[in-house]
Amino acid sequence: MSVLDLEKEIIEDFELFDEWEEKYQYIIEIGQKLPPLDDKYKLDENKIKGCQSSVWLHAYAKDGLVYFEADSDSTFVKGEIALLIKVLSGQPAAEVVNAPLAFIDTIGLRQHIAVTRANGLSSMIKQMKLYAVGMNSKQ
Amino acid sequence: MEKTTLTEKGIAEFNVEEIRRNFPILSTKAHGKPLVYLDNAASSQKPQVVIQKLVDYYSSLNANIHRGVHYLSQKASQEFDDVRVKVQEFINAASEREIVFVRGTTEAINLVASSFGRKNLNAGDEVLISAMEHHSNIVPWQMICEERKAVLKVIPMNDRGEISLDEYASLLSSKTKIVSIVHTSNSLGTVNPVKEMIRLAHAKNIPVLVDAAQGIVHTVIDVQDLDCDFLAFSGHKMLGPTGVGILYGKEKQLEDMPPYQGGGEMISSVSFEKTTYNEIPFKFEAGTPNIADVIALGTAVDYYKSIDRNAAFEYEHYLMTECSRLLAEIPGVRLIGTASNKASVVSFVIDNVNAMDAGMYLDTMGIAVRTGQHCTAPVMQQFCIPGTIRASFMFYNTIEEVHALIEGVKKAIKLLK
Ligand SMILES: Cc1ncc(COP(=O)(O)O)c(C=O)c1O
Repeated sequence: MSVLDLEKEIIEDFELFDEWEEKYQYIIEIGQKLPPLDDKYKLDENKIKGCQSSVWLHAYAKDGLVYFEADSDSTFVKGEIALLIKVLSGQPAAEVVNAPLAFIDTIGLRQHIAVTRANGLSSMIKQMKLYAVGMNSKQ
Repeated sequence: MEKTTLTEKGIAEFNVEEIRRNFPILSTKAHGKPLVYLDNAASSQKPQVVIQKLVDYYSSLNANIHRGVHYLSQKASQEFDDVRVKVQEFINAASEREIVFVRGTTEAINLVASSFGRKNLNAGDEVLISAMEHHSNIVPWQMICEERKAVLKVIPMNDRGEISLDEYASLLSSKTKIVSIVHTSNSLGTVNPVKEMIRLAHAKNIPVLVDAAQGIVHTVIDVQDLDCDFLAFSGHKMLGPTGVGILYGKEKQLEDMPPYQGGGEMISSVSFEKTTYNEIPFKFEAGTPNIADVIALGTAVDYYKSIDRNAAFEYEHYLMTECSRLLAEIPGVRLIGTASNKASVVSFVIDNVNAMDAGMYLDTMGIAVRTGQHCTAPVMQQFCIPGTIRASFMFYNTIEEVHALIEGVKKAIKLLK
């Protein structure tokens, strides 16, 4: 599926909920299902700066596509990552670089989270896109 | 001071509903839910009279003070000067000359660290603080100690969050030049035995600064009875506006210290050859002061005077005690800070639950708590935790809000564990 189609799917999932509390619960549930990252990738060099919680991001390329795996000590952050991974992992690098990620605003995520958390989310997106830029230029 | 607990009748008679009507923000919503504001240790909410005072000031009083002959300037100056007397009475200082207007607790401590430190600290001298200080009572002392080659010493605390007076006494030496100690800890809630600590320091001629950022909000403080040399607190935590606070200093201490900043108001004569400084407290108030917020702080003091402060503090104590008791009954919850003398603050962690996740989930329910280190990183290091969830109470909170928090914590455990 394309990045845009995947974003649309997430937006439709979140349309089931009216209240922020329900959306939060849903993000937590997604976060709890995120497969754990192998400890060997939990290195300082994989840690994302600018996040209040610890977040590790591991990226790799296979058959011309970019894949992401990640982990955090915060389940909510894992939920956010899971959403990003759903949209971006397994896509061509150019798609990742250009992904609009408008769903984050549409589902009301950015408007409800504290500034520090919003900055952390931005740092995660930036890091994912940076990996993709790097892989794009290598290809 | 002996802590009495309110009788059930007393609690029932404390008319919290009437008080809540004075605070407009308490009837607003957060994420569509009725606001439950339990982050009072970070900043209190403001009664309507304080908000109105700010509006009135800018609508009908605004002018620079102490420099104009005109009507507005004189009126504004009068109101500004009156606040100094109100604050003097509020903490029972001996003279209004002992009240310095500053930006807040942080600036008050920086002022003393810088001015007192430059004058009195020399190589090898010691400054004594405690293990539970807020960063604003650590870093200014570290900075001046580094500059003056002095040493910062720390009074340890036990795992309940209490200082031992014996250990404290053993750290007081001929090298100790000042003790700077928090009255009530913002992350643990501990109320320190400051009066006794001051007595012990004075027996060795060591002056004491008390960080009363939290203390002033939950205790009646009488600086002459305490006999502290300095007292620091912030307006925004005691129903007043942000950007204004108080440094109380004994007249003699303030007289002895060099000025902090230079500029207008703090001088009596200026020439390129020589400048002489104004008398206290003006010597420490360079530049145009925060006139509007000082005047509105006066209104916050008036508000405190209009309520029964002792009853309010006992009521807060009841909320804190109930909250602690109910939290302790929840499996997996661990209270951080269990001193026998506590005020307002309930800090806790939940096994296997990230504090920030829990705080954020409570926020979705409209419940405002704080999570993290609360500007007391060394406290978290001692307890080997990344941070706590902290609920802190004011007399406008209700027992229903305590129950909402407890239900929220139970929900958070169910979801997040
Ligand atoms: C114990 C204590 N000291 C100092 C401060 C600093 O106060 P302010 O930020 O108003 O200067 C605070 C506020 O968080 C506090 O709780």
